[in-house]
Amino acid sequence: MSLLEIKNLHVSVDNHEILKGIDLAVNAGEVHSIMGPNGSGKSTLAQVLARREAYEVTAGEILYNGKDLLAMKAEDAACEGVFLAFQYPVEIPGIGNAYFMRSALNAIRKYHGLDEMDAMDFLPLFREKLKLLEMDEKLLNRSVNEGFSGGEKKRNEILQMALLEPKLAVLDETDSGLDIDALRIVAKGVNTLRGPERAMIVVTHYQRLLNYIVPDFVHVLVNGRIVRSGGPELALELEETGYAVPA
Amino acid sequence: MSTNLDTIRDLAQQEYKWGFITDIEEERIPKGLDEDVIRLISTKKQEPEFMLEWRLRAYRHWAALEKSQAEPKWANVMYPAIDYQNMVYYSAPKQKPRLESLDQLDPEILRTYEKLGIPLQEQKMLAGVAVDAVFDSVSVATTFKGKLAELGIIFCSFSEAVRNHPELVKKYLGSVVPYTDNFFAALNAAVFSDGSFVYVPKGVRCPMELSTYFRINAAETGQFERTLIVADEGASVSYLEGCTAPIRDENQLHAAVVELVALDNSQIKYSTVQNWYPGDKQGKGGIYNFVTKRGKCAGVNSKISWTQVETGSAITWKYPSCILQGDNSVGEFYSVALTNNYQQADTGTKMIHIGKNTRSTIVAKGISAGHGQNTYRGQVKILKGATGARNYTQCDSLLIGDKCGAHTFPYIEVRNSSARMEHEASTSKIGEDQMFYLRQRGLKAEDAVSMIVNGFCKRVFRELPMEFAVEAQKLLSVSLEGSVG
Repeated sequence: MSLLEIKNLHVSVDNHEILKGIDLAVNAGEVHSIMGPNGSGKSTLAQVLARREAYEVTAGEILYNGKDLLAMKAEDAACEGVFLAFQYPVEIPGIGNAYFMRSALNAIRKYHGLDEMDAMDFLPLFREKLKLLEMDEKLLNRSVNEGFSGGEKKRNEILQMALLEPKLAVLDETDSGLDIDALRIVAKGVNTLRGPERAMIVVTHYQRLLNYIVPDFVHVLVNGRIVRSGGPELALELEETGYAVPA
Repeated sequence: MSTNLDTIRDLAQQEYKWGFITDIEEERIPKGLDEDVIRLISTKKQEPEFMLEWRLRAYRHWAALEKSQAEPKWANVMYPAIDYQNMVYYSAPKQKPRLESLDQLDPEILRTYEKLGIPLQEQKMLAGVAVDAVFDSVSVATTFKGKLAELGIIFCSFSEAVRNHPELVKKYLGSVVPYTDNFFAALNAAVFSDGSFVYVPKGVRCPMELSTYFRINAAETGQFERTLIVADEGASVSYLEGCTAPIRDENQLHAAVVELVALDNSQIKYSTVQNWYPGDKQGKGGIYNFVTKRGKCAGVNSKISWTQVETGSAITWKYPSCILQGDNSVGEFYSVALTNNYQQADTGTKMIHIGKNTRSTIVAKGISAGHGQNTYRGQVKILKGATGARNYTQCDSLLIGDKCGAHTFPYIEVRNSSARMEHEASTSKIGEDQMFYLRQRGLKAEDAVSMIVNGFCKRVFRELPMEFAVEAQKLLSVSLEGSVG
């Protein structure tokens, strides 16, 4: 059984159909890349997987770990191991980054009946992950994403992913706004988390990211449908020919 | 150990005996207000002549105001007319039944107490249940009374101060908030039942936070409290005024007056956590909290700092202010005001700069949820002689839902060209984006709101004494319950 099975997924926003029948199966240990032009529905798919309520699922189903993902609230999906690295991470003024991440970690631990982690135990873990992403310790107590540069915000997303150790990580255009050094660091963070227990869906416009995070599968999403699927070589081909759909 | 405990118990018992509850329960007077009622109050309190005279002058002033223009109408709040003759002025208008045990208490109140983590003994005390054991705060406060006395610090009820320290009361009463100040201040001056009095002598730093916590139960009788705090030269004191649980007070009008006097090189820090009964979800009932609080930095290098967390009351009308008279004096106002359901708040501050190089800081955070209406009203006035005055004002509003409102009325008046003024203001809504972000990380919707709101208030909470800050955070979470779907 796949970790994630999307069957005939139709999604509308304000009565406008964005996704028009998506089928996709992702196994644990795999990295899938979803590529496509602006407005093709990539981010919509990412948000639906993370259970954003503004999106209306009009048909189809999603099985995650054998459970009905569409029946879950966002926080329950998160606790079950679904993680979304946001394209535009929001700021939470007045809440320290470390405090926020410990609260998130503890919410998930509590969901699984584990003891909450106190600040003393959390700190070394947090420091270790900061190091992995080559982030400054000063980010410990700065407010969540407040005053962060675009690159710092994206790194902060991967930092959270490293801490929360999800089963299914969805990265929504994590490469946008990153310079080449930041891209390398983020990719290193992501690659460290690759493992047989974990699946990743990497949403991106550009092939560039896939030089660093080499996917097992590439899917091309155009106008709400997956029009092609293939191996990593497909990304390179797209770079040459663009997203034009063969007629 | 046990001796210690016994002493504490004895002392606390003593305090309880002096307490306001028993006295006032027996001494109730009929509804209505006239000069006879004022005389009666004064007699019952065995006050010296000067107090009665002062009360009477205040009453006459109030009566004239009531006739000509009634209460002030400029605040951004709405409520039906108050019938001042239909109230009892020395006791609660309605006797509260004395409960035998907590089982008889409204389960909803009990639930809230539990959420706030208030210990059982305190719960009983707050609910007005007869307590046989000693209530912690009482014993603590009383135990330290001896130590305070050693340092020459006077900390007692206003009534005691009038009897035992008339010269101090005479000197400072009404020196910051004269009875002519406003309608409610006049009413309070005429009929005030009790309150707290603090005097810290020259050069003494009060070694502990002074608190009215233990007098919470006085609220059930005293709608008109009056507090006077005087810090003599070089003295410092931190005072906590708190009600950390909703009291289902049947008194409708709560019109208190607080006066602070800071002499040369002294400091007063006054912190409030206000959580009177806010009325029900439909906006029925609740307290009208019409309070006048003002401090005078009378001496050079003096400092007065107000911190308030206002979550209760149906209507809050309150502007803790500073008169910065002494050169180099400092005034601060840090405020969180939350309105949920049908609550209304019109609150803020006045900073009046008179002395040279006077500085003031205003940080006001308003949170509106449900149908709540929240108004910040602030005045910064730089007088002609206030060379080198500085003010920084930050005023932020947070909206939860789409039926509430936030309003801001800053008044700035500058008569000295050397003044430096900064004003920052923002209004934001708890966004679906923020909520989704936090929930995607595993936090429940309620916890997410709580986190966002606490982050918003952080700048103010930082000013509160540690324990108060923790309580304030819990209180916000409880007050916001049900504000998100």
